[in-house]
Amino acid sequence: MYLYDDLDRTLVTERAAEFRDQVARRLSGELTEDEFKPLRLMNGIYLQLHAYMLRIAIPYGALSSDQMRTLAHVARRYDRNYGHFTTRQNIQFNWIKLAELPDAMDELARAGLHGMQTSGNCVRNITTDQWAGVAPDEIEDPRVWAEILRQHLTLHPEFSFLPRKFKIAVTAAAHDRAAIRVHDIGLRLHRNGAGEVGFEVVVGGGLGRTPFIGKTIKPFLPKRDVLSYVEAVLRTYNQFGRRDNIYKARIKILVHDLGAEAFAKEVDAEWQPIKDGPLALDPAVVATVAGHFRYPSYESLSDNPPELAKARASDRRFATWFANSVTNHKAPGYAIVTLSLKPEGGPPGDATAEQMDAIADLADRYSFGEIRVGHEQNLVLPHVAQRDLPAVWRALEALGLATPNVGLVSDIIACPGLDYCSLANTRSIPVAQELTRRFRDLDLAQSLGRLHINISGCINACGHHHVGHIGLLGVEKNGEEFFQVTIGGQADENAVLGTLIGPAVPYAQVADVVEDIVEAYLELRTRPDEIFLDTVKRVGVEPFRERVYATR
Amino acid sequence: MRLVRAGRIVADQYVRVLDDAPIPDGVPVIVPAARFLADAEEILRRDAPTGVLWPNNRRIAELAPHLDRLALVALEFPSFKDGRAYSQARVLREQFGFHGELRATGNVLRDQFLFLLRAGFDAFEVVKDADAAVFAEAVARYSVFYQPAGDRRIPALRARLQRPRTFAACERV
Repeated sequence: MYLYDDLDRTLVTERAAEFRDQVARRLSGELTEDEFKPLRLMNGIYLQLHAYMLRIAIPYGALSSDQMRTLAHVARRYDRNYGHFTTRQNIQFNWIKLAELPDAMDELARAGLHGMQTSGNCVRNITTDQWAGVAPDEIEDPRVWAEILRQHLTLHPEFSFLPRKFKIAVTAAAHDRAAIRVHDIGLRLHRNGAGEVGFEVVVGGGLGRTPFIGKTIKPFLPKRDVLSYVEAVLRTYNQFGRRDNIYKARIKILVHDLGAEAFAKEVDAEWQPIKDGPLALDPAVVATVAGHFRYPSYESLSDNPPELAKARASDRRFATWFANSVTNHKAPGYAIVTLSLKPEGGPPGDATAEQMDAIADLADRYSFGEIRVGHEQNLVLPHVAQRDLPAVWRALEALGLATPNVGLVSDIIACPGLDYCSLANTRSIPVAQELTRRFRDLDLAQSLGRLHINISGCINACGHHHVGHIGLLGVEKNGEEFFQVTIGGQADENAVLGTLIGPAVPYAQVADVVEDIVEAYLELRTRPDEIFLDTVKRVGVEPFRERVYATR
Repeated sequence: MRLVRAGRIVADQYVRVLDDAPIPDGVPVIVPAARFLADAEEILRRDAPTGVLWPNNRRIAELAPHLDRLALVALEFPSFKDGRAYSQARVLREQFGFHGELRATGNVLRDQFLFLLRAGFDAFEVVKDADAAVFAEAVARYSVFYQPAGDRRIPALRARLQRPRTFAACERV
């Protein structure tokens, strides 16, 4: 993973010191809450329904075991013993006291952690494939580019007061696990006809109340130009993005209003004067950043060692978990292991301090000290030797982290909803919890195959409901909680928004409706390996609409 | 309001002229953009320095033909959160090579000083006296900068090329 040097460390320490000063000025009354708000937001601090919430950046979802222990410590010392991993590969603590925040920030800073780029109208945490660096289908490690962008855009003097937040994602794999087409800027590393590797640049994607799939404005951008081009996009947006209406301020609205072609022209006009300036990336600079990444010294191992073969043959539960939660690794004899943070009845993405500490220990013992956070709100041990899989499984089982439901119906993405969030119209977590109980039968879940449910408690779409195979959006009607139901959405390289199946249904019925949709799918699919999404594509939403509303 | 220039609180030599007020002779003035553009030649012929107050929703390129005869450009921050003028400032300094005074006006507070300085501003109409008094301290808060901008600070990406690597004591971070 990326190793901080003295420069990175100094910056984080200086940031923590500045924040301590800002909190002192707020507590003394020198700063009003209005003046303090943008400052705290730039450090990841929101005022939620019940308390301040602290969001910590986990750049492109990569954590060391020591950082995980620090997060466990913060959960224990400053919060209520747990943290919540988010869809942006970050972590949130929900119960922190303002007066204690500077101390928490200092402790985080000592582990190289901070809240920069996690809130406010700046460029947010750059995200990428949670399997970056280990996925067999990537053409190179996208984290190097995520890190270059992270550095360039951290405390950027021009782009810290944009019209609205700004999210960038990078992928380098054939299968897009970073959802780049629903980001403000999506960058896809690929090879052009001449065999050179560069970026496809997609802009103006996003969810929220006006969802859009991003448009490609540059099919191939040479690597040397990535910073200057991103800067040109941001400069165009900073000057011309709407600031009169918070709901129309994201870049997707500007791209939509101008049209992708006219927008690309504006960007090009900003880009030409700067493309050969200081932002042109010298290969030596790229090499320096790449050189800060530490790669594991893998042993020379073979795939499917006897320990693994034996466990698969003799233990059905292990075999089920293996089939579900273990993925192919670039290096022979190794595997990528996903840790489900979606146990039956649990809030999606939560981990206790004890679990975090234990995961850190497992990472040290079995995964070269490295952990990843995925945007599906699960964790990953990215470098586990296949011979260790039975031992890792037993340890995860004991911790409640081996539910074999990754990518299945109960692997639900949900926003915090009305239990925490001041913007929410409805609860989300209890809906997710109820659905995990309804689909507790793992044989059924396995037989359903890949099926993603996404739940957002309001139109801001933090649960990414538009791109859920089944999307649930909480709305309020006359003071009651209702849910709109969409089906057929997906966020990968074939990104598409889901289609509404009909009128919103009351909170109490939403789990029944999901069950109806799932039953309809079982009847409609032609083969067991036709996944839900393919059935929806083939038959459309009508049969599902009929099933759901026939008796309602 | 206090004017900070070259890092110190100073008296403002410039007179702000409103849209229809007469322009005094022999005194440095700051004129609104529309009025300046309507009558640029005559205003610039005066025997005192001229500054222009440029709104943040007008393309800064319109000002380019006049820059070599302007002593000052003032850019506006109607609120702390409205960051359009940062882009205007960088374009003025880095692309149009403007060397005169670049002044930040509006809701200018302590926590923006360093961003403003890095974007190329060298004069600041600071709203709160207490903020103006700690200007030097506020802009010295950081010693590491990740990106090149309108100032001469060396970004970390480049600084690393010029020295041996020194990872922190705790390596696995």
